[in-house]
Amino acid sequence: MSTIDAHVMVDEHQHPRGITRWLYTTNHKDIGILYIGFGLLMFLVGGLLAMLIRAELLQPGMKVLSPELYNQVISVHGLVMVFAALMPVSAGMANYLIPMMIGAPDMALPRLNNWSFWLLPPAAILLVIPWVLQLFGVGHGTLDTGWTMYAPLSIQAGMGMDFAIFTVLLLFLSSTLASINIIVTVLKLRAPGMTWNKLPIFVWSWLNTALLLIVVFPALAAAAIMLLADRHFGTHFFSASGGGDPVLWVHMFWFFGHPEVYILLLPTAGILVHILSTFARKPVYGYKAQVYSMASITLISVIVWAHHMYTSGLPTAANIYFMFSTMAISIPVGIIFFCWFGTIWKGSITFETPMLFALGYIVLFGIGGLTGLILSDAAADQQYHGAYFVIAHFHYTLFGGPIMGVIAASYYYLPKLCGRMYSERLGKWHFWLTMIGFNLTFFPQFLLGVDGMPRRVADYAVQFQPLNMTSSIGAFILGAAQLIFLYNVIRTLRGAGKPATAQVWEGAEGLEFTLPSPPPYHTFSTPPAVE
Amino acid sequence: MRMKRLLKSLAAGLALGVLPVASAYAKAFYDFTDPVTPVAKDTLYIHDLFLAIITIIFIVSLAFLLYSLIAHRRSKNPTPATFTAPKTGFQWFLSALPILIMIFIDYVVLGIPSVHAIMDLANNGNDQMVVVATASQWKWNYAYPKYGLKFNSVLSTPNDEIYGNAPKDKHFLLEVDHPLVVPTNEKVGVVLKSRDVIHGFWVPAFGIKQDVIPGFLRKTWFKIDKPGTYRGQCSELCGVGHSFMPIVVVAKTPAQFKIWLASEQAKESAAQAATGKTWSQADLVADGKKVFDKNCASCHQASGMGIPGVFPPIATGHPFSASKAMLEDLTERGFYKDGKIVEGPLENHIGIVLNGIPGTAMPAFKKQLSATDIASVITFERNAFGNHTGQSVQPAKIQQALSGAAK
Repeated sequence: MSTIDAHVMVDEHQHPRGITRWLYTTNHKDIGILYIGFGLLMFLVGGLLAMLIRAELLQPGMKVLSPELYNQVISVHGLVMVFAALMPVSAGMANYLIPMMIGAPDMALPRLNNWSFWLLPPAAILLVIPWVLQLFGVGHGTLDTGWTMYAPLSIQAGMGMDFAIFTVLLLFLSSTLASINIIVTVLKLRAPGMTWNKLPIFVWSWLNTALLLIVVFPALAAAAIMLLADRHFGTHFFSASGGGDPVLWVHMFWFFGHPEVYILLLPTAGILVHILSTFARKPVYGYKAQVYSMASITLISVIVWAHHMYTSGLPTAANIYFMFSTMAISIPVGIIFFCWFGTIWKGSITFETPMLFALGYIVLFGIGGLTGLILSDAAADQQYHGAYFVIAHFHYTLFGGPIMGVIAASYYYLPKLCGRMYSERLGKWHFWLTMIGFNLTFFPQFLLGVDGMPRRVADYAVQFQPLNMTSSIGAFILGAAQLIFLYNVIRTLRGAGKPATAQVWEGAEGLEFTLPSPPPYHTFSTPPAVE
Repeated sequence: MRMKRLLKSLAAGLALGVLPVASAYAKAFYDFTDPVTPVAKDTLYIHDLFLAIITIIFIVSLAFLLYSLIAHRRSKNPTPATFTAPKTGFQWFLSALPILIMIFIDYVVLGIPSVHAIMDLANNGNDQMVVVATASQWKWNYAYPKYGLKFNSVLSTPNDEIYGNAPKDKHFLLEVDHPLVVPTNEKVGVVLKSRDVIHGFWVPAFGIKQDVIPGFLRKTWFKIDKPGTYRGQCSELCGVGHSFMPIVVVAKTPAQFKIWLASEQAKESAAQAATGKTWSQADLVADGKKVFDKNCASCHQASGMGIPGVFPPIATGHPFSASKAMLEDLTERGFYKDGKIVEGPLENHIGIVLNGIPGTAMPAFKKQLSATDIASVITFERNAFGNHTGQSVQPAKIQQALSGAAK
């Protein structure tokens, strides 16, 4: 390929050093690391906010925060965890792994890639600047409407809401650019022989995710701009007094918001198969079924959004339609689950930390997904909506699924990334404490929901105390457990642990495992042979 | 293997059969609040049915998973299989079977009772009585159009219990000063309105929840089986007072309800009569303090100091800074000068309380409070918090303003 530049050599000492390396890099591995590092840092920030929430909810009565600050903490917790933690780590995995998995030298649009990442730190800063300003007597803190920003509450809200709107717009830009990059890369840069039938499941999952992002994120961006206009430019999109409708915001938000949860889910559902296959030492079961199921989930996810709106007063026929379409998603999700079981069935299984987290994912996401089926019922939703049952459901699906998946993938790929094996002992402690802490935190919340505790409340009635206290204690355990992970990762990055081989794990397959650990700065400058 | 299968089917049978039926008789830890309406009973049945089914699915799947982790671990199964898809017809059948079962469960077992319950809930006509519940930040207002009654229903838990160390009573955060009272065994339609943002009307024991959308009407209904006091809360984040606006419904037998109605109407006429009489300033101030604590303190604070930048102090002489628009509103009405809140003209004060300030969180209290309450709260404000106007407002004057303007 004569277009390959002569000085792009497969030599790790050719890369720039220092701050400018990270600021100007167009290298997919560097950008992947930037995304993942940023995401993990924001995960700790979001986690700290969660600890604050659970500290307030440990007992009835306002003891730690004011109601004003509490509303801000829960809103920033949600926005940070979804947009600043999970999505960037997911995108980082895509950047780091996809070129290696398909035998490409880099992403198709490397400079765009740099921009996609570097839009994120300003977005995060914008979100928290109002808190800093508040310290100097300007404004009243940040976003306090919940991450869902329902109008007209968000129209009433203070200056922090404007900052949050711009955060959302920057995130929109970042995600859209990254998605375009991923789609073009997967379409155009696969090594010869890497046919659609051989594409790793993780790559398929990100292709679906990128398509979804491009289709639905504009709805949120448009709504955010409309909100800005209602707040400052005299429009009335969301207020009835001017001929608008608050429910329009709710529709637009959830049109984005529901597919968003599959955007969060699909990449880790994809990487999970790689991990299961490796540690069961068996090829992926039901490859085609999984690919078609992921595509079905992607398609169906766009037409089910109003199951978040069963109590908003939609026509009965709409409620029934959305209930039936929502239930339909359980079919492809079920198929994917059975393919996971099929992958490990009659395998030869060992239980290293990535496998433990992968198995934990299956169990916890299973609970989350099944309770999603319960929530699909438009009639009983009268009891679940806006209450703690929903909070438990989405934490089981979002933490139990994608976060566990991201942790599993971190352990799985850390040796590849830095060339050293992490401590298995610490990994196992992390796993068991996370499982115990997580279930202690969120299972009681299902019960709180059916008992009648609403969500987003800074204070609660005395009958909810025992379960809340259990949940808070669980949360403190869960939070502390993540510090073990942090320590393990840092220690490994600094050179502790046995050196890792190229294949890293006995059962690992895939082009990325043909490369040395850590891989050179530039890889696959010449495309590999894929049989 | 056979024993396991037998146990699994026993569990399935028990769960499917016993649980939904048992729910009618006892409250299990996984059940909703005791249902007192047909809708609540229907949704509880569906809840238990769904729960039973997903519990079985979970246990069966977990059993398969655990079995595999034990039987197919490396030490037990050193040579992994290599299959990647079903091969025989029987294997294809086994793969298709769970999918077909899921479709059947989703659309028949769960779908049919769900649609039935949805249709029931949507059956909004033929009300035997109508109440109008209006949500605002942060309280409910209930009106009985047929009987000409209207009152606010405000959280009555003392601040000391929320923010201080006073011991919390059983109904902490679930008690109000003036509950909604309805008769049992009658279909009560609830028209839902909001004055400001989206709130949610939720009473778990009735199995109903509806969002209230500002500028639009929503409606729901309930038919309560037995007398009692039923408590719920706002179910949609609506600002800082979201946790503090409960809904309390007292269901009385139709006979008791008539008695209550009569006494309420008597109270209402007494209040009307009170607007005619002349009040002393001391009486107005005393009454006004109660009105202030219930209706104004949530924003302007019990101390009258407001919240910096958001809710102006009632106490004059105190500095206040906020958005240009808000300060302009206050200056225009004579309440703001040189960076401080000042005593403004009485007429403007009355205007603000009656009509609110459009575009801000200050509501038009002429829609919420009686003439007596408005007169007394204005009198109180002008003579408390360090204010010394010595002025008072008689209910009759407010009554005039109220009947002059549309309510």
